[in-house]
Amino acid sequence: MFSFILRRLGLLLPTFFGITLITFGLIRLIPGDPVEVMVGERTLDPQMHADAMHRLGLDKPIYLQYVDYLHNLATGHLGESLVTKDSVWKEFTTLFPATLELAVMAMLFAAVFGLLAGVIAAIKRGSIFDHGVMGLALTGFSMPIFWWGLILIMFFSVKLGWTPVSGRLDLAFDIAPRTGFMLIDAWLAEAADPSLNAGAFKDALKHLILPAIVLGTIPLAVIARMTRSSMLEVLREDYVRTARAKGLSPARVIFIHTLRNAMIPVLTVMGLQVGTLMGGAVLTETIFSWPGIGKWLIDAISRRDYPVVQNGILMVATLVILVNFIVDILYGIANPRIRHAK
Amino acid sequence: MANVQASPVATAADDVALSYPSPLKEFWQGFSHNKGAVAGLVFMLAITLSALLAPWLAPYNPIEQYRDAILAPPVWMDGGSSRFLFGTDELGRDLLSRLIHGARLSLLIGLTSVVMAMVPGVILGLIAAFFPKVLGSLIMRLMDIMMALPALLLAVAIVAILGPGLINTMIAIAIVALPAYVRLTRASAMTELNRDYVTASRVAGAGLVRLMFVCVLPNCMAPLIVHATMSFSSAILEAAALGFLGLGVQPPTPEWGTMLASARDYIERAWWVVTLPGLTILLSVLAINLMGDGLRDALDPKLKRAA
Repeated sequence: MFSFILRRLGLLLPTFFGITLITFGLIRLIPGDPVEVMVGERTLDPQMHADAMHRLGLDKPIYLQYVDYLHNLATGHLGESLVTKDSVWKEFTTLFPATLELAVMAMLFAAVFGLLAGVIAAIKRGSIFDHGVMGLALTGFSMPIFWWGLILIMFFSVKLGWTPVSGRLDLAFDIAPRTGFMLIDAWLAEAADPSLNAGAFKDALKHLILPAIVLGTIPLAVIARMTRSSMLEVLREDYVRTARAKGLSPARVIFIHTLRNAMIPVLTVMGLQVGTLMGGAVLTETIFSWPGIGKWLIDAISRRDYPVVQNGILMVATLVILVNFIVDILYGIANPRIRHAK
Repeated sequence: MANVQASPVATAADDVALSYPSPLKEFWQGFSHNKGAVAGLVFMLAITLSALLAPWLAPYNPIEQYRDAILAPPVWMDGGSSRFLFGTDELGRDLLSRLIHGARLSLLIGLTSVVMAMVPGVILGLIAAFFPKVLGSLIMRLMDIMMALPALLLAVAIVAILGPGLINTMIAIAIVALPAYVRLTRASAMTELNRDYVTASRVAGAGLVRLMFVCVLPNCMAPLIVHATMSFSSAILEAAALGFLGLGVQPPTPEWGTMLASARDYIERAWWVVTLPGLTILLSVLAINLMGDGLRDALDPKLKRAA
């Protein structure tokens, strides 16, 4: 097991360095001079320009600049935002819980309904329900989620007035961030002071529901399709027939004998969806003005806040490879065949 | 094929023709068995035709503003007129004409980025398969790095460097799509390389380029064609997402995603400005994905059972 983890770790490191090369190159590939880009339209006298180049370390040879960059990363210096002057690391850590909360809820939604739909479709193979679910799954898979978000807002927020249009919490509430997860913070605040913060938890939940559905739509479709095909495969196995022949109840055969074995490929697919979730978060957060890292990155791009773009992308990518690494390890634990494969 | 008074030899040839239908016919039988795929094909043919004939088919110039008819509703609604069948947008531009012209852009972006990803992807994949030791593992590590970044985020980063616009959108989407082609080509080429016919060609003295492109590549085409269809649909989605974020094709060009970005502010009073462009994107992507399923059934029977 230990050597398996080491082998995976050996693959992880080159990938990480490759990504630092990309984010390092990002700034250098911008057409024109970075100082001029940062200053914008204003003209700059040559002395100040040279000073700025020196301050940013841009007058050194390129390989030394890369060494500097790696050194800064290793010592935890991720630079400062050109706009807010806050450190990129601080901004990232304040905004990340919002994205995590959204992503976890989206995944929960996708997993619960995806598994349920996939299992029923597989049991009732060829029925109207099966065709309906698979048709819907393909539609969900083809969904432009930014449009889907707008449609849901139009129906549930504007027309029916059930859910708020944007943000994480109504402005009437003033809740100090403790965990960064609004659901937990609102619940704690409500428990601490029921008269002042009555209904805060419900309000936070209402804000979360549409974004979570939008972000969860594509993973839901993928999970439903994967569960169905994996279930159909396992249902053909001899041990399922044996279980049936023993006279076990259908529910026991389906959930204990079949679903548990059908889960392995489904879990892999769920792990792979983490990347999709991070990409989708960019769109979902933009539509719902959700103050997370997706919106932060897009705002940074439109403000040409390059340190944020550079190291924000680095951190998201690192996160994705770390999650994939963990999924790989868990998969190795669950399935010895993977662990011992060359 | 042969005439009526055929010799016994010709009859035998007829028998062969009967038992083995032409590849094209066999393909169509497999493809048309899937009703959804045929529906997708019909829809995509309609979209392609309207894209090709856009200047003649569209009732108006897509960027001309009719100031007397701002946010006019579609014809079937109260207050709608047959002057603008699908209504107009916030600047009084005819929505139908913009959608028709938008089809040109989406198909162009899809097609170009698929070609731009597939050609280098296939070449890199073949190189990786033929030289697995140094060059191959170098290429595959590089692709792993690209795959570690979420597709949309990588596209956003690339456009952030290159600047928004049509050409840069296509480049960004092609770069994002590249690793999948490399992996797929390498994987199928590796299986083919162990086959006897490759050894036979090698012994017969076929050169490297011939081995790669004439012997091995045609046998790897089935999964590649299926994947190309799927990546065509994701290219359309990504282009629209970039347009929606304001990083893709710039207004007033009638790109479907860009149209949605400017429509957001009118969500409360003009549902058609929001609904119609998105519905067009959804239906086109769905149609292509349905076609992809049919292609897979027809070209790659092994995959059908797996999926």
